[in-house]
Amino acid sequence: MNCDKYKNGNIAMSLLLKYGAWIGAAIIAFGLPAIVRSSYGLSLLSQVGIAIIFALSYNMLLGQGGMLSFGHAVFYGLGGFLTIHVINIINGGSLPIPLELVPLAGGFGALLFGIVFGWISTKRAGTTFALISLGIGELIASSALMLPSFFGGEEGISGDRMLETTLTWFEFAQQIDVYYLIAFWMLVSMVFMYLLTQTPLGRLANAVRDNPVRTPFIGYDVHRVRTIQYALSSLFAGVAGGLFAINYEILTAETIGAIESGNVLMMTYIGGVGHFFGPILGAVLVTFMQISLSNITHAWLLYFGLLFMGMVLWAPNGLAGIIMVHEPVWKAKLMKKLLPGYALAAIPALVLFLGVMILIEINYHLSLSINPDAPMHMFGIEFDARAPVAWGISIVLIVVGFVFLRRTVKTLNRSWQEITQIMKKGAD
Amino acid sequence: MTFRKLCFILAGIAILSFAAGPATAADTIKLAYIDPLSGGFANVGDAGQKHFQYMADIINGRGGVLGKKIEIVPFDNKISAKESLIQLKNAIDQGIVFITQGNGSSVAGALIEAINKHNKRNPENPVLYFNYAAVTPAFTEEKCSFWHFRFDAHVDMKIAAITDYIKGRSDIKKIYLINQDYVFGHAVRDAAISMLKEKRPDIEIVGNTLHPLIKVKDFSPYIAKIQASGADAVITGNWGADQSLLVKSGKDSGLDVEWYTFYGGGLGSPAAIGAAGEGRLKQVTEWHNALSTEENQPADEKFYLGYQEKYSDGGRAPYYYGRIRTMMEMFVLALEKAGKAEPTAVAFALEDMQYDTPYGTVTMRGFDHQLIQPLYISTMTKVGTQGVKYDVENTGLGWKTDGRVEAEDTAMPSPCVMKRPKK
Amino acid sequence: MLEYIIFSLLNSLLYGMLLFMLSSGLTLIFSMMGVLNFAHASFFMLGAYFAFQISVYIGFWPALILAPLIVGFLGALVERYGLRTVHKYGHVAELLFTVGLAYLIEESVNLIWGRSSVDYRVPDALDFAAFTLFTTDLSAYRVFMLVISVSMFVVLFLILTRTRIGLIIQAALTHPDGVSALGHNVPGVFMLVFGGGCSLAALAGVIGGNYLVTEPAMAAQLGPIVFVVVVVGGMGSLTGAFVASLLLGTLQTFAVGIEYSLSDLLAFFGVTMEAGGILKDIWRIQVSHTGPILPYLFMVLMLIFRPKGIMGKRES
Repeated sequence: MNCDKYKNGNIAMSLLLKYGAWIGAAIIAFGLPAIVRSSYGLSLLSQVGIAIIFALSYNMLLGQGGMLSFGHAVFYGLGGFLTIHVINIINGGSLPIPLELVPLAGGFGALLFGIVFGWISTKRAGTTFALISLGIGELIASSALMLPSFFGGEEGISGDRMLETTLTWFEFAQQIDVYYLIAFWMLVSMVFMYLLTQTPLGRLANAVRDNPVRTPFIGYDVHRVRTIQYALSSLFAGVAGGLFAINYEILTAETIGAIESGNVLMMTYIGGVGHFFGPILGAVLVTFMQISLSNITHAWLLYFGLLFMGMVLWAPNGLAGIIMVHEPVWKAKLMKKLLPGYALAAIPALVLFLGVMILIEINYHLSLSINPDAPMHMFGIEFDARAPVAWGISIVLIVVGFVFLRRTVKTLNRSWQEITQIMKKGAD
Repeated sequence: MTFRKLCFILAGIAILSFAAGPATAADTIKLAYIDPLSGGFANVGDAGQKHFQYMADIINGRGGVLGKKIEIVPFDNKISAKESLIQLKNAIDQGIVFITQGNGSSVAGALIEAINKHNKRNPENPVLYFNYAAVTPAFTEEKCSFWHFRFDAHVDMKIAAITDYIKGRSDIKKIYLINQDYVFGHAVRDAAISMLKEKRPDIEIVGNTLHPLIKVKDFSPYIAKIQASGADAVITGNWGADQSLLVKSGKDSGLDVEWYTFYGGGLGSPAAIGAAGEGRLKQVTEWHNALSTEENQPADEKFYLGYQEKYSDGGRAPYYYGRIRTMMEMFVLALEKAGKAEPTAVAFALEDMQYDTPYGTVTMRGFDHQLIQPLYISTMTKVGTQGVKYDVENTGLGWKTDGRVEAEDTAMPSPCVMKRPKK
Repeated sequence: MLEYIIFSLLNSLLYGMLLFMLSSGLTLIFSMMGVLNFAHASFFMLGAYFAFQISVYIGFWPALILAPLIVGFLGALVERYGLRTVHKYGHVAELLFTVGLAYLIEESVNLIWGRSSVDYRVPDALDFAAFTLFTTDLSAYRVFMLVISVSMFVVLFLILTRTRIGLIIQAALTHPDGVSALGHNVPGVFMLVFGGGCSLAALAGVIGGNYLVTEPAMAAQLGPIVFVVVVVGGMGSLTGAFVASLLLGTLQTFAVGIEYSLSDLLAFFGVTMEAGGILKDIWRIQVSHTGPILPYLFMVLMLIFRPKGIMGKRES
């Protein structure tokens, strides 16, 4: 994906590599249902697909355009509401559009709103833009409940996705059919969003992000570039919203609100804003955490918050950044120098994590579970949460883990320095 | 091996390690509880879960039903319609066919739609939904469904009870309506206007205000309006912070009105309102914790104290949903009558079922699946005065019954046209 | 009518002063460090919860002093060990750090004090009606809130204009680089301002927590409105924040009294709207329903047409 920097003449090879990634993505997307058969698993995957489009569209703003938005869900939600209205109109019999193309209705609707709001809010970037997006988000979210004829009030708007006209043989009664539709649109959106980064517009967006003062000197209108980038990002958010409408067959005001806007921000940031594929990782991880982790532990919000804080503090380039840092090392065939350091650091890190986890779980059990007196279960062991043993063990684990982690991290840093040295020499 | 290949292999392993959901044996009768268990509304969801767990403890203590134990399986929906639908799939995957939920008409509406569609698309594998708290009238009217049973009185029924009580209060001459600006608030307002006109045409509605949902921090401007209108009583459907701030603000301005609320005793509200509600705050419920002493029902008192002892977190989250008891008892009866834990049979068994609670007979109306039960209007009163024995949420304040509205007086006509499966 | 107007003015003043207490700290932090602290309202919440806990053990009056001090200390720690670490990654990272912090604080409050509201009450000594005008009471506690917020404004003003550190802060508000070039310990000043700003929010929490409701959601509910004050008031201007607070207080209070909708306005010009179509609700919304969302509209318009704010010295 951004391997272009590293290609050295062998165009055929790099082409294969480039398309290899897309073919791989398509195989994964369409092959997954062979492994995941439960309808819960499929719903989860469908949600992941929607989240991927949404997060990638958000990264068009944050990563590529340098615009931190707190109201991106406005377009996701508006796209969804428009789509569900279109579905209902089609069901009314006056509009023969096949279901497969309906997400585009949401996309283009959101595009129109994106042009208007984008023009209003992108005169300045930075904090001003962030605050305008917050204000617009609050305004739209508040009016959603006040305008029940469009937003359906509290119960939202529901529809039936089993339309008369379809392009394919699917009838969309079962989740699997919907999953394939989502996977298709996800791949299409991914390709288009990737291609956009390669166009002059995408490059200009980067230029505007990096130096908004100098870009006008080379003859480009900063405001216009931002507006176009913003509007296109809204288009894809709208497509994601449209797929949401098809998947759940209901749209409620929550889809448009601040929580969803915050979610997409966290997904994108955790995944990494600096690389095209970062938001994909973030969307997968965060969606899984939100949906399956919350069934395992009630403390998931705390883990999620800790993960986010950890990323902000120590890995500002996100998961993608962590992975890509190792690419040159791998290319230089120096991974074997790093692995012992990682293995060594992993043990105390696990110990530390285990200690923190036990402590958090005990506290949640004592203060927020339905019956604090009942014994706790962790890893198949039953124990009393009030017993000092459990507290003692967790605190010992934390202390031991912390002390040894600091030491091993030092060793790891040393081997990193060594490797950087070697690679520099190799480059010279 | 290229770096990219390595990434793909690792990704492949990650995908493969994601296994499908576990299969469960059917040795218990499972009830999926889909409500918020994390995030802003988790206090309400947790409390509901404790109520259900307490009922399951009691039923299982009696030996269960059909020779099996009842198991409550909690699912966290974070009060989001989207997550509720995913959790519904999760529950169905685990072979659970009985679902219950209460918080948020948005979630309830989404569940009804989704279950209707699921049962239509998978007729061999239906799911049944018990609604214990979502009060939008449409769920048992235009949107009524064979697969949905409601055990709470809906908005119009609660307003009917309030207006029935006000009918006998000739000292109330002027009423002010203040509600949240969304469908529920509109429903409360409309019902109150039409029923007051019918039952007490002499009452003047001196104000009718809508305000945005959970956005208002300072209610004193609204209080100034109520003050200026000279109202004797206020009817409001407000819940949560919108209710507590309203009542507290009224006290700060020395506003002398009676507050007729839906959720005055709702979880967390008594603690938030505190002394500001004493003698003024009224609620309409099917149960409150003074009933057992007022109507001399030692068995119900024992039931209440058992909950307080085991699940109330030192009294901070007291027993509140009287209807959950009714619902679980009727569920057990329906299971026994059907003879099997099969949703369609249980649904038919529930229709027109009557059940004797300590406070009168309740009926699950067959044609729209709405429970018809007696309702009580009660006032927040200091413990130790006027015979009030127990407080709520450790506030030193409890409830005292003002009046009882018989079940048949709360029954509303319903335009429900229901499609039924074959027996 | 006179009663209504007088009390609406009083209400505007009281609400405006509460907003000012909340936002004065944020204005200082934002102007000086360029960090829009999303966790500011969380420190307000911590102030309320600490005050509740302290008042359970030793009473309300010590809590009035202690809670802001503790929260201020916590705030300084956050600046020293959190914000300063992410500073090198730029403003977006700093902003996201505060977003994450707000998240963690809310979850920790849930864990420690539970998810329901706590019974934090107005102290008995202030629980009476100070005076009655016409038929409406003004409670002594609200008078007390007014006294505290006004005296806070005066003290803050004196510190900023009459002390050496105040002058450095003032200079750093408008010319942070210049102050640093003069050899002042700007990171130290940052820590002080951040801690101080947090303790101001906490003080607002102490006196606002029992007037409003002390619950885990209180931070998320008040957060955005504080930004509105800061933006409308303008960067680097405490006076601007003061004016903006009062303005927003008045705006919200008086909007409640206006019961006209768009259709009434059109009717005034002789146009009647057919109630129909998908957006028919727009015509029926009365101004009084919109009171609490007006500030956001105000903020967006302000940012578009005058991003400096009312009295701002410079843009962000």
